[in-house]
Amino acid sequence: MDSAQATVTIPRQKSRIYILKKRLPYFIAYGVLGITTLPIIFMYLWLFLNSFFQKMKFGIIPESFTLENWSFLWEPIVYRGSELPSIWTATWNSFVFAGTMTILEVLIGVMSGYALSRIQFPGRKFILTTTMLLHAFPSISLLIAVFYILNFFGLYDSLFGVILVKTALQIPMTTWIIKGFFDDVPWDVEWAGLIDGCSRIKVWFQIVLPLIKPGIASISIFSFLSGWSEFLLLYTFIVSGDNITLASFLQKLTSDPNLVNYSLLGAISLFYMIPVLIFFIFTQKSLMQVSSGGIKNA
Amino acid sequence: MRSSWKKWRLPVIMLGPFLILVVIFYFIPVILTAILAFTGMDSSMRWEFIELNNFRKLLADPNIGLILKNTVTYVLFTLVINVFFGFILALLTTYFIRWERTSLFFRTIWMLPRITPPVVYALLWIWFFDPSEYGLLNSIRSLFGLPPVSYLTTQPMLIIILANGLIGASFGMIIFSSAIKSIPRDLFYAADVDGAGHLSVIKDIIFPHIRWPFMFVTIWQLLSLLTSYEYILLITDGGPVNATEVLALYSYHKAFQNFEYGYGSAISLIIVIIAFFISLLLWKVFGMGKMIRPTRIE
Repeated sequence: MDSAQATVTIPRQKSRIYILKKRLPYFIAYGVLGITTLPIIFMYLWLFLNSFFQKMKFGIIPESFTLENWSFLWEPIVYRGSELPSIWTATWNSFVFAGTMTILEVLIGVMSGYALSRIQFPGRKFILTTTMLLHAFPSISLLIAVFYILNFFGLYDSLFGVILVKTALQIPMTTWIIKGFFDDVPWDVEWAGLIDGCSRIKVWFQIVLPLIKPGIASISIFSFLSGWSEFLLLYTFIVSGDNITLASFLQKLTSDPNLVNYSLLGAISLFYMIPVLIFFIFTQKSLMQVSSGGIKNA
Repeated sequence: MRSSWKKWRLPVIMLGPFLILVVIFYFIPVILTAILAFTGMDSSMRWEFIELNNFRKLLADPNIGLILKNTVTYVLFTLVINVFFGFILALLTTYFIRWERTSLFFRTIWMLPRITPPVVYALLWIWFFDPSEYGLLNSIRSLFGLPPVSYLTTQPMLIIILANGLIGASFGMIIFSSAIKSIPRDLFYAADVDGAGHLSVIKDIIFPHIRWPFMFVTIWQLLSLLTSYEYILLITDGGPVNATEVLALYSYHKAFQNFEYGYGSAISLIIVIIAFFISLLLWKVFGMGKMIRPTRIE
């Protein structure tokens, strides 16, 4: 009896060590991921807590809930003795900037994507190659020349000018993505329409476009967020306070060494990030695919 | 004449806006940058050709040695973080953690810095290393009775590299994850049956399969790190005393802070030429078709 029990327990002990040894790499994997991911979670959590609490005990533990930091929503911020433009002006400008850019980009992208996907014309191959090359081109190095051009057209310090620049910088990529969607629409669908006597444009507009609605939707969301987050172009080409956007608004407050009010900055950041966060929560899965080639900066 | 208009009307209308934008904001700026590089244009916007003087000035610039050193440090170290840490993240979340929901959670968190607007992201880093007691690191230090340290002035380059590396790592992570996922499962099962350890699985199965994505990420990131400077501009603005000034940012500062548009363009031209050769490399090695692939949204 005793010996029988012994033979049972020894392998069990052995197997426990064996399992532990086998699982060790997984523990390490979770450990490494946990340690490296924690600071990121912490940073964003801090952003959230800091904006809703009066102060942080030891910098980390929130104390006494308050909405005071959010008062910028209903009263202007006084900064260096003068009032900053209202946050709503900035919000509206950001919205107009991102919205107009999205509409322009989708309109132009849908047209050029279709032409490159379906129409035969001389120079098509050249345009396709150029579009691909532009995708990798460091457009940011051309900022000085772009400034000269905007100045030439009298579009310096105008939101519309920056909208055009931003649209142009993104259009090669957008066109490529939309072209891919058109490529997936079977020819038969178009043939059927053409045989029924529709014109090419009518077929495009009424039959093919509705088929790529999901593509248009993702392009729209992506452009809007990209416009909403844009900083460098707006910072460089916009000077007047009337045209201030949320990005410049926040940057202006952050870069002032005399104003170290992280609670206020946190609240504004959070306010600024609302569209991004909404999108992030609802579409994180497809985001993983979109942004794999979408963002040029590091 | 009429009939040819009728024939080409459709592609001309459809591609027109796209071509106009690309010509105005890509082609003309490239040519303009090349011409401006040989002028001494300043805020008066006068064309004044000064031959090679800008390039002579650049060679004699007292800052150029430091800036080149900074550029190399910044690009190399960030590249290493981007590629290797991106690979480790991909390996951990696809090979070691097989539970799809957990790995998706980690990968989603790592996407946060990438989709956060640059201004907010920079603010998080500035706060993290703030020299006052409000900064996170310093408030933790004060718990142990240690005096606050001004990290942004003592270790600026390290912070810049970390901040950019964190964003770049997610790029590598996405590309490598999908590459690892596309390896046939059978190979892993076979290795398991044969009793292969994790190291040999990584070395003999995973490495050979991600060789191309590996090269792609390296070259692509090299290109974008060399030309981008948005996060540096936001976090340290090249300071303190040029400690984090890189070549691309120097060009920006010369043009938009000192209003030396000609000189700035000369520096930009050098970057554009280097970028052109890197793009050529991408084109040669990958046939570019592969490069566009990941941008497709499914």
